[in-house]
Amino acid sequence: MNQTARPAMTEELIRLSGITKTYGRGQAAIQAVRGVDLAIGEGEFVAVMGPSGSGKSTVMNILGCLDTPTSGSYRFQGVQVERLTRDQRALLRRHYLGFVFQGYNLLARTTALENVELPLIYRGEAAAERHAAARAALEQVGLAGWEDHTPGELSGGQQQRVAIARAVVTRPAVLLADEPTGNLDTRTSREIMDLIGSLNRDRGLTVLMVTHEPDMAAYAQRIVRFVDGRVESDLRPPPPAPPPPAGEGGTEAA
Amino acid sequence: MLWNTLLLALRAIRRNLMRSFLTVLGIVIGVAAVITMVTLGRGATQAVADQIASMGSNLLIVLPGQRFGPGISGAPFFRVADAEAIRSQIGAADAVAAVASRVATTVYQARNWSTVVTGSSDEYFRAGNWQLAAGRSFTEAEERAGKAVCVIGETVRERLFGRQDPVGSEIRVRQFACEVIGLLAAKGQSAMGSDQDDTVVMPLRTVQRRLTGSTDVNRLMIAVREGASIDAVQDQTVRLMRERRNIGANEEDDFRVMDTRQIAETLTGTTRILTLLLGAVAAVSLLVGGIGIMNIMLVSVTERTREIGIRLAIGALEREVLLQFLIEAVVLASLGGIVGIALATAASVFLAGLMQVPYLFDPAINLVSFLFSAAIGVIFGYFPARRAARLDPIEALRHE
Repeated sequence: MNQTARPAMTEELIRLSGITKTYGRGQAAIQAVRGVDLAIGEGEFVAVMGPSGSGKSTVMNILGCLDTPTSGSYRFQGVQVERLTRDQRALLRRHYLGFVFQGYNLLARTTALENVELPLIYRGEAAAERHAAARAALEQVGLAGWEDHTPGELSGGQQQRVAIARAVVTRPAVLLADEPTGNLDTRTSREIMDLIGSLNRDRGLTVLMVTHEPDMAAYAQRIVRFVDGRVESDLRPPPPAPPPPAGEGGTEAA
Repeated sequence: MLWNTLLLALRAIRRNLMRSFLTVLGIVIGVAAVITMVTLGRGATQAVADQIASMGSNLLIVLPGQRFGPGISGAPFFRVADAEAIRSQIGAADAVAAVASRVATTVYQARNWSTVVTGSSDEYFRAGNWQLAAGRSFTEAEERAGKAVCVIGETVRERLFGRQDPVGSEIRVRQFACEVIGLLAAKGQSAMGSDQDDTVVMPLRTVQRRLTGSTDVNRLMIAVREGASIDAVQDQTVRLMRERRNIGANEEDDFRVMDTRQIAETLTGTTRILTLLLGAVAAVSLLVGGIGIMNIMLVSVTERTREIGIRLAIGALEREVLLQFLIEAVVLASLGGIVGIALATAASVFLAGLMQVPYLFDPAINLVSFLFSAAIGVIFGYFPARRAARLDPIEALRHE
């Protein structure tokens, strides 16, 4: 286990210990995750890499409370997540987590504005504030003027921007992105990554991102690599050329 | 929470207009079909009951022969003396009328009309439950003398006189002139479907002398006194007629006595069965509508499951998702039910007018068909959603 990541953390947000996930039973059982320990601090931008079947997406889904681990402990801001009820986990998602998926997962035939509003409706915000917040979020992802367009009328990059706006409109603690650029061309991918990177820098949003592409992983400050359901390496590459102004004197990777 | 969920449900309905429309349509068709058919069936039953009541409810009709239809049976007709015998020997007979009738053309000025001319006595009106709308009935003197006077039905008046008052005018019946002394109040269709108002009534002797040319009596009508046993009068009539017609102990009757109450029961029974049949056909359409709704809901299950996954990932509680789908189903089902009831009411009123049966609003059938279709909408809208909402969000999101 690589321990070098620890000194960089400001405050621990997430800690996974001994997480396993088994699909199926008996002979046909497949162990997707075989004991993962991982700690993530507030404000980090972590890229999760690894070949398909390495368990990285499963770990992401467990982190996002979309899936439940077979065993192990998951602490979110010190709260023991596996002890929470289904509804409590939903509330955790509602208040602390934002999701971006490879397939966008927007509501079909629903305008960009209404898609972005959706999490705010579940949070019970009043109509006026909801509209204002959703418009602001769309503007922030560069989609001002596209509020009334449905996903069918938007390009892949624009749809992913709407998804990002929907994920951050609630000002979550963590943004979980599962291959957010997997369906996009290189140029659009870079735009999306610039957007996610700026959210991390300017807002201090913690970002966890699964990706296949080293180019995209390079936007992160830390790269966790999965192989065969275990963490193989946990590295902090030197920050790219113009480093963000507020430095924390990050420790170099081993 | 309820308000926000209502908003979400309405947005979902608007977003899937086609699906919503088809769901509503399924319910509309089912509800409208059942309500319309049952309402019309009940109207028809009521119409038959009304017609029977207009015939007179405690009436016995004696006809020669045993078979239905025109009397080719060779059985002899009756005589006026038969009616008199019944009147004098059967105490419970309130009114006894001997009737002879013949189809004849009637003429007034330039108009003519072919109708049934019935010869009888004043008692005919009492037995047949007829009321006079204007004028008077025959006097005994007129009956005895066989005077050319007549009382006409509403249809004959309309055809010959238009809007004119017929009383006091003279019409020609076949070759002789006849004074109209009275007008009968309209009765409408008989239980057999014939127009009871298409009639001209004269003294029996007038018809026998001038139209039939014989002293035959085609039928006898006996009104049973209020409170007396109709069956007893029927038995007495059969015995009396057998005796008068010299029928041996081993021979069968060559006449028959019909009881209007029996006719009434047979006919209302028939229409009731028809109503049930119509209801069954309509229930099938309700079922088909239901299956349509089921199909639409099940076809969209994949899309809806993914939608539920998205909602759960965003932080919706299971019960919020379920409530949204429940509201959606209830709104669509209610909308369908209301439109269906409105459509059924319009169609029933229109068709009842066309079929000339009364329109009777039946709250029970409205409620039952509404609830049934609502239940289908809710069951097939809600339960697939419930299954999806219980999955782990990631499973719902990955649903193919």
